[in-house]
Amino acid sequence: MRASEPRTVGGVPGAGDLSIERVGKVFAAGGREFEALRDVSVHIREGEFLSVVGASGCGKSTLLRIVAGLESADRGAVRLGGDRVVRPGRDRGMVFQEHRLFPWLTVEENVAFALDGDPSRASCDVVQEHVALVGLASFRHAYPHQLSGGMAQRAALARALVNRPRVLLLDEPFGALDALTRIQLQQQLLRIREVERTTMVLVTHDVDEAIVLGDRVAVMSNRPGTISRMLQIDLPRPRLRSSYEFVQLRRSIYAEFFGEAEEPFTYAI
Amino acid sequence: MLSSTLVTRWLQAFASPGAGAVPAPVRRARTALRVARAVAEYAWLPLAALGAWQLASATGLVPAVAMPSPARVGRAFYDLLRSGELVRHVAVSLARVLEGSAAAAALGVGLGIAVGLSRRLERTTDLVLQVLRPIPPIAWIPLAILWFGIGELSKVYIIFLGAFFPIAVNVISGVRQTEHRYVEVARILEVSRWRFVRHVVVPGALPVIMSSLRLGLGIAWMCVVAAELIAASSGVGYLIMDARQLSQPDVVLVGMITIGVVGKAMDVALRRLERRVVAWKVVYAGE
Repeated sequence: MRASEPRTVGGVPGAGDLSIERVGKVFAAGGREFEALRDVSVHIREGEFLSVVGASGCGKSTLLRIVAGLESADRGAVRLGGDRVVRPGRDRGMVFQEHRLFPWLTVEENVAFALDGDPSRASCDVVQEHVALVGLASFRHAYPHQLSGGMAQRAALARALVNRPRVLLLDEPFGALDALTRIQLQQQLLRIREVERTTMVLVTHDVDEAIVLGDRVAVMSNRPGTISRMLQIDLPRPRLRSSYEFVQLRRSIYAEFFGEAEEPFTYAI
Repeated sequence: MLSSTLVTRWLQAFASPGAGAVPAPVRRARTALRVARAVAEYAWLPLAALGAWQLASATGLVPAVAMPSPARVGRAFYDLLRSGELVRHVAVSLARVLEGSAAAAALGVGLGIAVGLSRRLERTTDLVLQVLRPIPPIAWIPLAILWFGIGELSKVYIIFLGAFFPIAVNVISGVRQTEHRYVEVARILEVSRWRFVRHVVVPGALPVIMSSLRLGLGIAWMCVVAAELIAASSGVGYLIMDARQLSQPDVVLVGMITIGVVGKAMDVALRRLERRVVAWKVVYAGE
């Protein structure tokens, strides 16, 4: 629906765009100041998928937490559809690296909790639809400790989506999963995006994941964290990790981290 | 799923080779053996202690005036049971313990949650709670008599005091242990304060709340003797103090052991309840 609405061109803010404007953040640690983010600006169009890739500690999670409203920016601002983000809210769904499901609620109750914090709405249609959307219909009565890591992360995804947020923020959501499950979930995420047309921002340290999923990839560099390069990914979907163009993109992103050396390793799946 | 069933099957096969082919009588005998072994594990230490005690009494190692033999205590137990006296005393004490600890549970859990949620309330109540807490319930007896007279209420009050503080203090710390990552989830989902407390804080603190209730109930039984120092004419505490004045150490021991056994029975009941309400929690059960 939203995808068919006229999109903005040339950086003019659209109604549902997410705009990160010159964001800076400084942490105090051990009596010393530490600049986590400096002058980060990105404009994410409504319905777009932005991947942010960077080494651990580059501030990419901090950036996402600022967009979520869990942290505040020391400089600059984040705007969603023109409104300044000052606190967390249901218009921005979030999936963390750990599933963060409540262990005392079943899968469907966890998803229902996202609706006004009311687990008793578990049987409601929108909850069941989202449980089914992530393929957990037959596990809807299971408790988190009975789920595999991939299943728990899918439940967390359903919980983040059930409010139909304008933006879905993904903080290394598949980082703790094994490579096979990770690829499965990446495919599932793309499928869900086709259905929900949600704007998504993914933070990851997995370069392949960033390219497979993103319409654009922002490469973040360290100390202070800032976007060192922005790549437009125009490959058709589904994207083949072994295609020439894919390999070229991967190589140029690795070059950002390691200079022009050969890429240090490849996936052999 | 499939692999876990396979592993389970393999483990079963490993534990008892050819489990599938074992005839039913043998299987039943094996189960009986396992149960008998578990019972033996529970029973051997108390039985050994009882045997050593009886031996020490029979050989005159321990004089009967200081410590009557288990046989004497058993006899006293039998007599008290037959006359109906023991049942009456237990019933009276049980009622006092239940009333006192129910009041302590209601107020302790309620106040504990409220204080746990509010730093301001914590500052307001901190001195009162922490100064009153170390005062032993027995020291309250004179005031309890002045305030509530020598009836039931003063006895229940002493038991309440004993159980209230540990429950309140534990519940406060249980609420404060609410995990930050869950708080963030609730913030992102803009959950109302009430639902946050109802569905995040309280369930998260429930394991601590349940163990604080078990602790409180145990202390309530400890306080029953102190409570029944107040002009009581019945109750296990009264039975013990009365037997002391009549120099009946066997009856004293019957009273003591009865408190222990009833306390244990109630703890077992609470543990069952605990396991049901926190069934979601995967706990370390020991080796």
